[in-house]
Amino acid sequence: MTVASHPENHHREHDYPEHYLSSNWTLRGWLLTVDHKRIAWLYTVSITGFFFLGGIAALLIRLELITAPGDLLSAKVYNEMFSLHGIVMVWFFLIPSIPATLGNFLMPMMVGAKDMAFPKLNLLSWYIYTVGGIFTLAAVLAGGVDTGWTFYTPYSSLFSNTSVIAAATGVFVVGFSSILTGLNFMVTTHTMRAPGLTWKRLPLFVWANYATGLIMVLATPVLSVTLLLMGLERGLGIGIFDPALGGDPLLFQHLFWFYSHPAVYIMILPAMGVVSEIIACFSRNPVFGYKGMVLSIAAIALFGFVVWGHHMFVSGQSLYSGILFSFFTFLVAVPSAVKTLNWTATMFRGRIWFSAPMIYALSFLGLFTIGGLTGVFLASLALDVHLHDTYFVTAHFHYIMVGGAVTAYLGGLHFWWPKMTGRMYSELWSKVAALALFIGFNLTFYPQFLLGYSGMPRRYHAYPEAFEFLHVLSSLGAGVLAIGYLLPLAYLAWSLWKGPRAPANPWDAYGLEWRANSPPIEHNFTETPRVTGGPYAYD
Amino acid sequence: MTEPAPAEQFDTLEQQRHAGLMGMWVFLITELLLFGGVFGAFTVFRVQHGEVFAEAAHHLDLMLGTINTVLLLTSGLTMALAEQAVGVRRRGLGVFFLLATILLGIVFLGIKAYEWHHEYTKQLLPVLDLPFNYPGEHPEVAELFFNFYYAMTGMHAAHMLIGIVILGVMAALIAGWRAPAKLDRQIHIVGLYWAFVDVVWIFVFTVLYLLRG
Repeated sequence: MTVASHPENHHREHDYPEHYLSSNWTLRGWLLTVDHKRIAWLYTVSITGFFFLGGIAALLIRLELITAPGDLLSAKVYNEMFSLHGIVMVWFFLIPSIPATLGNFLMPMMVGAKDMAFPKLNLLSWYIYTVGGIFTLAAVLAGGVDTGWTFYTPYSSLFSNTSVIAAATGVFVVGFSSILTGLNFMVTTHTMRAPGLTWKRLPLFVWANYATGLIMVLATPVLSVTLLLMGLERGLGIGIFDPALGGDPLLFQHLFWFYSHPAVYIMILPAMGVVSEIIACFSRNPVFGYKGMVLSIAAIALFGFVVWGHHMFVSGQSLYSGILFSFFTFLVAVPSAVKTLNWTATMFRGRIWFSAPMIYALSFLGLFTIGGLTGVFLASLALDVHLHDTYFVTAHFHYIMVGGAVTAYLGGLHFWWPKMTGRMYSELWSKVAALALFIGFNLTFYPQFLLGYSGMPRRYHAYPEAFEFLHVLSSLGAGVLAIGYLLPLAYLAWSLWKGPRAPANPWDAYGLEWRANSPPIEHNFTETPRVTGGPYAYD
Repeated sequence: MTEPAPAEQFDTLEQQRHAGLMGMWVFLITELLLFGGVFGAFTVFRVQHGEVFAEAAHHLDLMLGTINTVLLLTSGLTMALAEQAVGVRRRGLGVFFLLATILLGIVFLGIKAYEWHHEYTKQLLPVLDLPFNYPGEHPEVAELFFNFYYAMTGMHAAHMLIGIVILGVMAALIAGWRAPAKLDRQIHIVGLYWAFVDVVWIFVFTVLYLLRG
């Protein structure tokens, strides 16, 4: 399958030359594509489906919690709902979100390559993702799972009568898709860079996804083997975590968090990459302290592997482990703060343009800062004893994972939408949506800090009436937040058919991807670009 | 002999070769961590229950394990020879060494299956609610040892099986001999995988069979 390039069309932007979307528009052309840009779309459609499914579960949870007595859902259904919400959102939305969609679309373009190093593997990873996703979803919807998204033993090994193995198998399978994506990112960055694109000239988005690939490759196998052992324990009667057989349930938590804490950085590092690109472009300034930003990415990826024990401060691990893990957790705050301060410095004396992507990026900055600072509370051993398993924790990780990762994902989607589709969207509505998200998010999750601080535990479907007011606020916020998520679905879909056509570089941004047509041709560039300078040549 | 053009996404064959090899290395690192998780868990319990685990190791068949180690290391040699043969474009020799590697792998798995069967008859295979009848002290801890034994050798055997299938495909491709340069690249990558399976076995053998003192 070769498509001739049309250099004569290259300068007639409004004439729509041949591009990756226009040729071979058949079911076969989509489902058997090896073009990284189409695979990015396959992912985008799938994860959007999962996102709204997880969102519906969240809305049910918030509806249940409007009133103090558990009158809408039974305790069992409530358990299944928060498990569904967590499993879908973490494994099938947050982890693949930015890498698999924006990363897939942009990584080869940003390094000036025609495609990923392994295009077939790339397609395979989407199929693995879809199969795993449908499998888990079927299990969770048909039988229901009540273990929470973490599958903690002994909940998952001894006490749950729900379809744990089926659900965990899906998560196990999805892990392979994550590994393949990470592998592709690493090899592509190493071997496919355009002439002149040295490591010191790589855009931060590429750096961030490269580091994410590294974490995916190094951490996911450990999760796989953990779930495998858990499955063997339930299915074949092998005991690794069951104390009756000499095993140790705490071991599961060690192995699980060895993956799942770095997984938080799988979610947040690509988000940081997106935000770096957006803030530089819409402040018209080069990123402040490029080297420091790269080192911070590396440091976050590295420290991410040695902090898992902070999930287990009250689990009965030794005090010395606790102190050590607390120390390392504080350390992660340093590179995170470096990044936050550098973004702020990038904006300093910049000509800031409050477009929708920029509003999302600024929301990220605010929400991530709150999430990060409350993380310091939780990293402190003594405070964590009070706050552990309360709504404070729920609020904290939602600020990082939703306020951070999801907000940046939406910002990135808005930033690169013209490149991906060749269409512009409504400026007014996109700004309204970005503001709705910021307001709705804070209204939903800020009260949860207060709830947690005053002692309300997580995962309860009924609670004392004293907490009712804050829960009502939170549920109200969830409604606003839902608007913030539904609006983009509407106007972005509208733009596909009715949106004005986008020029190759609507934001006047730097980066190789903006040198290609909008939308790009099948192999991205008519000729391999040559790079002669750094990534952020804004004056 | 003309060199074929690289795949669409690459500019040069050298780039493609580099990418392919790096891809396999990264994949093997993930494999290492997959086994690393089990090895890590095993180490925790080996330290906790040192004596019982050492005692339990005596119930494994050291002789069969050693024979298997020899077989697998020999298969590593034949695999390396197969790579060299393809590299110097000796098709027949390449197929021969590949088949030898496959044969050694199959014998290895046969012996492994015999071992499992042996442990099954001695009631030392604590899976699927089978009776576990351990003659020594602390049978519940010994059961944990045998659980690990079964999980680790099982995972390794699954990797062997995948390797044998891939080697079979390679043998068929080399018998066809359509694109020698491409086969040269591929067998090199497959060879890395096989070497990895070898190395993992050395560790499995060491921690399960040899740590009995």
